[in-house]
Amino acid sequence: MARSVNFDLSQPDVEIGLESPADEDVVHDSFSRLIEEQSENNRLSAIELQDLQQDLDEEGRDSLAGLSGPAYRGWRLGSDETEEDDNERQTDRLLQDKLSSATLRILSSMPSRTIGRSRGAIISQYYNKTMQLRRRRQSRPAIKDFSRSARPSIRGYGVEVDTTDSAESKKERLVNNLQILSVGDRERMLRAMPLNLSEKKELRSLTLKKTKTHSSSKLTCCSRLKFYIIIALRHSWYSLLSFLHSLQLWQTRLKKISGRFGSGVLSYFLFLKYLLFFNVFLLLVTGAFLVLPQALYPPKLHAMRRSFTGLELLTGAGYFSDTLMYYGYYSNDTLQRNRENCIEGNISSSASPQCDSNYPSYNMPLAYFFTIGMAFFITCIILVYSMSKSFGQSFRIDKSHAMLAMKAFCSWDFKVIKKNPVKLMSENICTQLKELLAEVNHRKFKNTLKQKLHKLLVHGLAWTICIAATTGCLVGIYYFSDYMHEQERLHDVSKGRLLKEASLLALPVLVSFINLVLPGLFNLVADMENYNSPSIRTYVALSRNLMLKVSVLGILCYHWLSRVPAESDCPSSKDQDPTCECWESFVGQELYRFLIIDFIFTLLDTLFGELLWRLFSDKVLRRKRRPGFDIAKNVLHLIYGQTLAWLGVLFTPLLPAVQILKLLLLFYIKTSSVMMNCQAPRRPYRVSQMTTIFITLLCFPSFLGASVCVTYTMWSIKPSGSCGPFRGNESMFKAGKNWMDKLEKENPHLSLLARAHTYLVENPFFLFVGAGIFLIVIYFQSQVVDGQRKIITLLQEQIENEGEDKKFLISKLQSIHEKKRTPARRLTSQDSG
Amino acid sequence: MGNKQTIFTAQQLDAYQVGYGSHFLLFYRYRDLAPQLVPLDYTNQPDVKLPYELIGSMPELKDNPFRQRIAEVFSEDGEGNMTLDDFLDMFSVLSEMAPRDLKAYYAFKIYDFNNDDFICKSDLEKTLNKLTRNELTEDEVKMVCEKVIDEADLDNDGRLSLEDFQNMINRAPDFLSTFHIRI
Repeated sequence: MARSVNFDLSQPDVEIGLESPADEDVVHDSFSRLIEEQSENNRLSAIELQDLQQDLDEEGRDSLAGLSGPAYRGWRLGSDETEEDDNERQTDRLLQDKLSSATLRILSSMPSRTIGRSRGAIISQYYNKTMQLRRRRQSRPAIKDFSRSARPSIRGYGVEVDTTDSAESKKERLVNNLQILSVGDRERMLRAMPLNLSEKKELRSLTLKKTKTHSSSKLTCCSRLKFYIIIALRHSWYSLLSFLHSLQLWQTRLKKISGRFGSGVLSYFLFLKYLLFFNVFLLLVTGAFLVLPQALYPPKLHAMRRSFTGLELLTGAGYFSDTLMYYGYYSNDTLQRNRENCIEGNISSSASPQCDSNYPSYNMPLAYFFTIGMAFFITCIILVYSMSKSFGQSFRIDKSHAMLAMKAFCSWDFKVIKKNPVKLMSENICTQLKELLAEVNHRKFKNTLKQKLHKLLVHGLAWTICIAATTGCLVGIYYFSDYMHEQERLHDVSKGRLLKEASLLALPVLVSFINLVLPGLFNLVADMENYNSPSIRTYVALSRNLMLKVSVLGILCYHWLSRVPAESDCPSSKDQDPTCECWESFVGQELYRFLIIDFIFTLLDTLFGELLWRLFSDKVLRRKRRPGFDIAKNVLHLIYGQTLAWLGVLFTPLLPAVQILKLLLLFYIKTSSVMMNCQAPRRPYRVSQMTTIFITLLCFPSFLGASVCVTYTMWSIKPSGSCGPFRGNESMFKAGKNWMDKLEKENPHLSLLARAHTYLVENPFFLFVGAGIFLIVIYFQSQVVDGQRKIITLLQEQIENEGEDKKFLISKLQSIHEKKRTPARRLTSQDSG
Repeated sequence: MGNKQTIFTAQQLDAYQVGYGSHFLLFYRYRDLAPQLVPLDYTNQPDVKLPYELIGSMPELKDNPFRQRIAEVFSEDGEGNMTLDDFLDMFSVLSEMAPRDLKAYYAFKIYDFNNDDFICKSDLEKTLNKLTRNELTEDEVKMVCEKVIDEADLDNDGRLSLEDFQNMINRAPDFLSTFHIRI
């Protein structure tokens, strides 16, 4: 894009021509733009203009410039010595006039100015990067190899800052480096290069050509075949990847959502998709290892099998209670092919000789224990990994440092493609910029003491209201659950069976109602509080909701894990009362009910909260603005549902299937509702930060709580005596121990393993030591992070110092050049300075 | 739609792995813009360039105020007329898998309206006007520009170089999610 360059200084408004960035040899004449600014500022006299014109004629193709105003801001940094002050003043004066062409030429070819400018610069930059990568891959440099100076010297790192080589030789060297790297590194390097696709293809083909010529001479027939097979495999892998990419779940819908609402609302649906994959994984694991084997060998059913009425879908009891869904169905014995010959109901099947291990057997209790344990362990690893990845992306070192700049460059959401939302986004950004500007300008404004006190009072009142409401609801749930539990155990025959089962739904309805209504109350209270900063408002709302949900779940877990098992010792009766027979199945049913009722209430909330409110506000209130989609509230609700699912896997192996169905339906309903009824949230929403927070919340209160409850159940609670794979044992954990004992009895060679098991797993000392080591590792890592933070501050200081050095050298260079000119000119410049 | 095997040769397919994103999907989108101009068979690398008007009429770019700059930055001739390679390049940088530095580099080029490899005050003013559809007053625009340069300019030359820009982007975790177009 070459246009003509005009050096006529008498017309300051001249259009400055630009050279194509690919032309490296030309002096960078964007400084000519600064000429006009400087000439406007300084109002050069005619004489000086003439002088400058003469200069131009003398030194050929040159341009003159001064440095613009803001450049002097950084100069007055921290030096108290008068000598340096003198120097600075002198350099100021010099630079106010002009810089000569030689200086400019040097300045324009400084490495930092050339990066990003041209292809050759990019290639040399990436050559350096590949060198560093090679070094890193080969060996870690020892600390003693680093130079002793406080400032890292360029020579010490072997970085070659050579811009005088031609483009071709640079390319050669880069290709050489790329060849030496491994395939993965090479691909990563190539992908990250900011070059044109055709240039990358060229580099790639050059690299591959060279590797081929190196190795083709040594290829035998077999390795050539292997080579072709590998190429064919890679080709099919690429086509599979592209096929999968086009097959992505719900891609069109998500694109529509992001096109109209932006990244914030999209993050809710992406989180939903993420949870869906967890549940699919859980279902696969429990399905393959628990449900399938048990389905192939169904146990003998009880005499009184209830018939299917429609209520089961809601309550989960009735017909469902004796099916694969619940814990009670699973046998406590090894499943074998010759079931008729085996004695049922034995804990260890060593009695009958025909139950020998000639046939493939499947130890159900052990399988149950290990499947649940493994599922939780793998889920934990996946969660921690995604949490750390998300945290790494969203971590910020300094806070609120460059707010306005970030708002200007990073706030335009390129995903939004519809016309009206784009207009809305522009308005939002405009408002936010104005607010930020006002905040920055009025930062000195402080509240008076009276206002501060008033604010404190309002916040205190708001928090009191919230905590009081939460506590009230918790107490209510506690007593109501107790009451309902008593009611069930009374065996009141006067009530109909259906009514009795329907009364099981009362507790879930109450809890879901509380979960729906209280966040609305919190919102009202937050409106009253009138926060200044929207992010603080979001965090406060989030913490209040979280507090509510965590405490509700805590109370429920206490009810299920302490009260229900303790009160389940009833005399054997012919009545098929689930609480007497099988408390685990009862808890599983409770969780099923909670999930279903929760889903129904969400549907109702979507219907009333979004659809009807939109109709109301359109027709009756005649407002143009539609209700916004509250992202945080909805995501917290998803996390709550997932916690219930995780709690329930132990008692209901098929609960992930219910959760999957629920999430699928929720996705379609929510997308339709959002598209029809809502608009994008007006307040700025920091996507990566909030996503990190949500994944952290999913990991810490949610998954950790669920796994603690499950571990507690497995460790301490006595399983019910008449149903399930662990019946008769003191705790579920004992199944493992029993297996160990059995193994030791049958096979004396494995006694070492059994002894190791006794000492390591059962002895709490080992667990303490393990936890201690874990904590020590965490401490070391946190110290490393601290050290790195200190290094970052040191490096920032060094960057500032380097900047100072640079300015100093430039001015010295300029002064030397000035001294070479006629003394008369120096006199005039000193006079005008 | 033709057989995928006959659109690109094996080497071409291999070479396209240096981009991010699904190149078949993108090829079909490119073709949909002008089916009569773009052949189904790219094995002999035909020299086809779609004019900027067609690119700018894509639904993903139609209402984006920066669409002209985006097309100019990624096109070979700098005018916005794109070959298939340019098109693939553009959407692979704007996909969600592209690394942060790559995106920052191209974002810098997009916001640099006068192509002088620095984001100076006039570039900033143009950016702000496009962002807010000229809703900010002159004074406000000037103040915002000053503050932005104040905050982000590290080497104190009055405008933002690529390093200043990248430094600032590294502190903005939202950049990765906003500088992303879904295809």
